[in-house]
Amino acid sequence: MTTALKEWPLWEVFVRSKQGLEHKHCGSLHAADAAQALDMARDVYTRRQEGVSIWVVPSAQITASNPDEKGELFDPAADKIYRHPTFYEIPDEVGHM
Amino acid sequence: MSTATDYLLHLADNALVLGQRNAEWCGHGPILEEDIALSNVSLDLIGQARLLYQLVASLQGGDATEDKLAYFRDTGEFRNYTLLELPHSGPLSGYAHASLDYGTTIVRNFLYSALMALLWEALEKSANADLAAIASKSLKEVRYHLRHSRDWLVRLGDGTDESHARTQAALDHLMPYTQEFWTGSPAEAAAFAAGIGVDLQTLKADWDGIVDGALTEATLKRPLLEGYVSEGKKGLHSEHLGFLLAEMQSLARAHPNGNW
Repeated sequence: MTTALKEWPLWEVFVRSKQGLEHKHCGSLHAADAAQALDMARDVYTRRQEGVSIWVVPSAQITASNPDEKGELFDPAADKIYRHPTFYEIPDEVGHM
Repeated sequence: MSTATDYLLHLADNALVLGQRNAEWCGHGPILEEDIALSNVSLDLIGQARLLYQLVASLQGGDATEDKLAYFRDTGEFRNYTLLELPHSGPLSGYAHASLDYGTTIVRNFLYSALMALLWEALEKSANADLAAIASKSLKEVRYHLRHSRDWLVRLGDGTDESHARTQAALDHLMPYTQEFWTGSPAEAAAFAAGIGVDLQTLKADWDGIVDGALTEATLKRPLLEGYVSEGKKGLHSEHLGFLLAEMQSLARAHPNGNW
């Protein structure tokens, strides 16, 4: 017999909707292991027909960028509008893209 | 004189009474995720009960309605298994939190879901097309209930000393009530004769297989089946059903024909 953990680990839940191609993050929950996290995600996050597929990922396995470094990481992209495809003119022959 | 309609009432009352019992965990679950899971199970069961009561009401005709069947019948008219009306407090609930013992809840849901996973599958071939359709819908739901309760049965049985002791105690307490699954009743005989119901004996070996497999994995000992055989499905209930019905029916009886 094992000793009970005081606190279950946290899991991030990703759900793919019927029309969606990708799994989208929809929240998190506590569960003892991956199988239980899947069942609980089903009960907590797909009660209103939100999805047809679920992923769960241990929250501890996610490496996140540091909010304090937001400036140096993301602000330099703000004045590079030419990186957006809308910057280019599309020839009429191409038609709708 | 029992009829096939009494058999439908038996199925409906099973679903309603266990749905009501599971609903007692709403807001009191051991953790948020389980609170929601139990409420989901409860709503599945109440949904099944509604479909069955609607079917019974349409067969009875006159002014019969699903609400009248659910809220205006008394203890002796209910046809559910005694197992399903028992409170959540197990024999060890002296040290379980308040009167709700999760081991008792899980063991009961497991024993009943194991039966219904087999019974709904068999009822998909019922001569009554409406019942066959209800069976198909309910089968999907109960397969999840079985998966949920089996998973917890193994976790609790093969868990800590405390969880193992409580789950074994719940099993010892509840298992004898499953004898009622395998004794006949006039309603079941009438339904079987009409091609609407199933001969439960044909499901027993499979049920034993599901139960024994899970108990072995959960390191729990299967108690001997002996002693009093309950007869809730014939209308002879424990004292607990009266309290359950009083709580469930009081609002509808205080405001008959009320709409909300």
